[in-house]
Amino acid sequence: MKTYQLPEVIIERDKDKCINCGVCVRQCAFEAHKFDEEGEVYSEDEKCVACQRCVSLCPTNALYIRDNKPFVKDNANWTAETQKYIWKQAETGGVLLTGMGNPKPYPIYWDHILLNASQVTNPSIDPLREPMELRTYLGSKPDNVQIKMVNGEPVIETKIAPNLVMKTPILFSAMSFGAISHNATVALAMASKELGTYWNTGEGGLSKSLYQYGPNTIVQVASGRFGVHSEYLDAAAAIEIKIGQGAKPGIGGHLPGEKVGRRVSETRMIPVGSDALSPAPHHDIYSIEDLSQLIYSLKEATEYTKPISVKISAVHNVAAIASGIARAGADIIAIDGFRGGTGAAPTMIRDNVGIPIELAIAAVDTRLREEGIRNKASVIAAGGFRNSADVIKAIALGADAVYIGTAALVAMGCHVCQKCYTGKCNWGIATQDPHLEKRLNPEIAAQRLYNLVRGWSHEVSEMLGGMGINAIESLRGNRLHLRGIALSKEEMDVLGIQVAGSPMA
Amino acid sequence: MEGRKYRGNYRRNISGCGLAGMMSEDGRLMSGEPIIRAMEVLHDRANGLGGGFAAYGIYPHKKEFYALHIMYDDIRAKEATDVLLDERFEIDSEETIPTRKTPGIGKSPLLWRYFVTPKADRCTTDTCEEDFVIDAVMHINEKVEGAFIFSSGKNMGAFKAVGFPEDVGRFYRLDEYEAYTWIGHGRFPTNTPGWWGGAHPFTILDWALVHNGEISSYGINKRYLEMFGYKCTMLTDTEVGAYAFDLLLRKHKLPVEIACKVLSAPFWDEIDRMKEKGDPMADVYEKLRMVYGSILLNGPFAFIVGHTNGMIGLADRVKLRPMIAARKDDMLYIASEEAAIREISPELDRVWNPKAGEPVIGRLKNPVNNNSKAKVKAKAKVKETVA
Repeated sequence: MKTYQLPEVIIERDKDKCINCGVCVRQCAFEAHKFDEEGEVYSEDEKCVACQRCVSLCPTNALYIRDNKPFVKDNANWTAETQKYIWKQAETGGVLLTGMGNPKPYPIYWDHILLNASQVTNPSIDPLREPMELRTYLGSKPDNVQIKMVNGEPVIETKIAPNLVMKTPILFSAMSFGAISHNATVALAMASKELGTYWNTGEGGLSKSLYQYGPNTIVQVASGRFGVHSEYLDAAAAIEIKIGQGAKPGIGGHLPGEKVGRRVSETRMIPVGSDALSPAPHHDIYSIEDLSQLIYSLKEATEYTKPISVKISAVHNVAAIASGIARAGADIIAIDGFRGGTGAAPTMIRDNVGIPIELAIAAVDTRLREEGIRNKASVIAAGGFRNSADVIKAIALGADAVYIGTAALVAMGCHVCQKCYTGKCNWGIATQDPHLEKRLNPEIAAQRLYNLVRGWSHEVSEMLGGMGINAIESLRGNRLHLRGIALSKEEMDVLGIQVAGSPMA
Repeated sequence: MEGRKYRGNYRRNISGCGLAGMMSEDGRLMSGEPIIRAMEVLHDRANGLGGGFAAYGIYPHKKEFYALHIMYDDIRAKEATDVLLDERFEIDSEETIPTRKTPGIGKSPLLWRYFVTPKADRCTTDTCEEDFVIDAVMHINEKVEGAFIFSSGKNMGAFKAVGFPEDVGRFYRLDEYEAYTWIGHGRFPTNTPGWWGGAHPFTILDWALVHNGEISSYGINKRYLEMFGYKCTMLTDTEVGAYAFDLLLRKHKLPVEIACKVLSAPFWDEIDRMKEKGDPMADVYEKLRMVYGSILLNGPFAFIVGHTNGMIGLADRVKLRPMIAARKDDMLYIASEEAAIREISPELDRVWNPKAGEPVIGRLKNPVNNNSKAKVKAKAKVKETVA
């Protein structure tokens, strides 16, 4: 069938600059660049995914990829994108698939929230000269401590549940081996160790070679239970039960058999070449009490030595669900907003289901405080965090820490082309092709991840100091330091903030 | 008096201030005259928009009763409050708080004090008496237009007004009272003036707190305290400090030194160094910060807190506001400036500048127990108006 779809981009090659070296040909797994019969390089626009790999590596800067906005008659309803989707489905009869997070122009509340700073009445603190503390503990805390005096020295009698301790309130979000390459997981693990934070295996299991990074690893138990066994649980610093993911709330996952090679097969404990299907619900969790059973099964299995996290996507009733999760015994609640990324999701679900993480954090934090159970569980926010300002605003709204996924991938080289599900990632990140994977040097990628989080942490310190605060816990849930701009009253009510220009009350 | 109207606009107490406190650890009773003089030395740290004092041991003849000091905008506010008080308390006596005409003190609200004890049938076994009193105070302060309870402890009282502190002290005739602990405050607010209730000290039960500074962590401290049922109706950082002491010391029963380490916590670097040296306190401080991070008071402050059995001075963890302490015989002095202490006690045994986060703690040598139940004489609602 002839496709009616138009190329999304146009590849421009400056013939004066091109030296016909063939780097672009070798770099493009989508085969957008080719040699013709005479050995001249040419390009096929319709194959290009705009990952910018060729542009970045072209030695003479001869390539430029530009958007191909096809002309469709001016129509707010039947846009070029809408028509493209219809052509695609008319040609395949399938579900529209995509990768990465929700790209639609929904309001980004971070960009409507402004931070405070000190002037005169309260000195700002200079983090270059004074201590600035970002250390964060994730896990359940008691409401109070009991102190006993032993030989005149105070001793804390209250037993405190295991907590994760981290130097900065930023963790790497769940990305499974399978969705991303082995080298990418190595880079995340190495960077986490160096940064004093954690990375998350996703539901892909943990390769034995990475057990050495166990103290910086959160392992996931998802509905497919891939790669879950006692050594896996023992190796980890914490265990996360994955209920949902921001990019695809309410549905399961699908790793196509083509991506299940020998190593993926080993860590997931499934045959080579078989599809890895994660059911939409856990088939042993049909209610909150079932979740509680799984939480306590995992606690029993690990002898109450590790915090148990439960990850959910931000949906309309997120506050009540989070409250139930805290009461079910979870030590950490991870909430993934609708801009959270994915290796593969149905486009319609990614773009239309769930709510923004900003509103979810505020609703959950408020609810847990109203119920007096905010100490019972820490809250990790996830889903589209782009920079340190997003991070610090999330903490001021009430999150204990933030998961970053897409930002980490971008640091490693991802250009957000949204073709992760094809397995042809030219950057060696979202692929299992050994030739492509080799392009990602884990040490260099780890350095880039380290630099990113270090930079963000410095920026968070500067902003904290500007507010006259020298410990992150004094900003956590401290919404008085936030102001809304160009938001409705209802939106500000949910966020629990006041309009810019209102005083400090 | 435009209290209610101002209260609506009354925002956080962003202010520079002067503080002084003096305590006889032997429990000797002293007139209010020296503390007034100490505050007079600190005149320039205030701007005339608020001054106040708290005194402990002033009502020995009524020491079993909660002494409620209440300011009313008008008689209607009093009538509305009286109904609520009658529902909750046996009232031993009520009277106006004696004052004298003083230049520098403007029009006064109606100032009353009541000596009360919770009604037995209202204060059931599962709520302790103190919580019942706190609830009643918070309820009235929140709900009754034009009424404000600014002191609610036993055998103690707070006195405050708009004006310079030395004038406020004379206005309330504090030279005629005798107390073993006095604390004073002069306010330099940078925001709305005008409401008497906005002056320091802030009190709850027998906790009275005077404060110089701004708590940048106020937003989370307030939300944390709300989880434990405190209502921060005043929107001031100082109020948060008073409730924090009540929570940590009275409810969670932490030793006072430990509570101070919660509010002005040691840095992680310091804790880590202690851990390396094998100091067992490292574990205590780490857990305190884990559990009580939300009530860490962050930002520049110096506090003096009075309570029945002592006085506490505490500055923030990097000491961004001044606080000096001194001892002479049984006396403990704390003030913003040494000059204020030297004014009332030129000879001192020891003067020191407490380090950031290092509390100064005064304790009565013979602690007082005010928990004995008060008994109200039958039909004892006699008005003993002293005006």
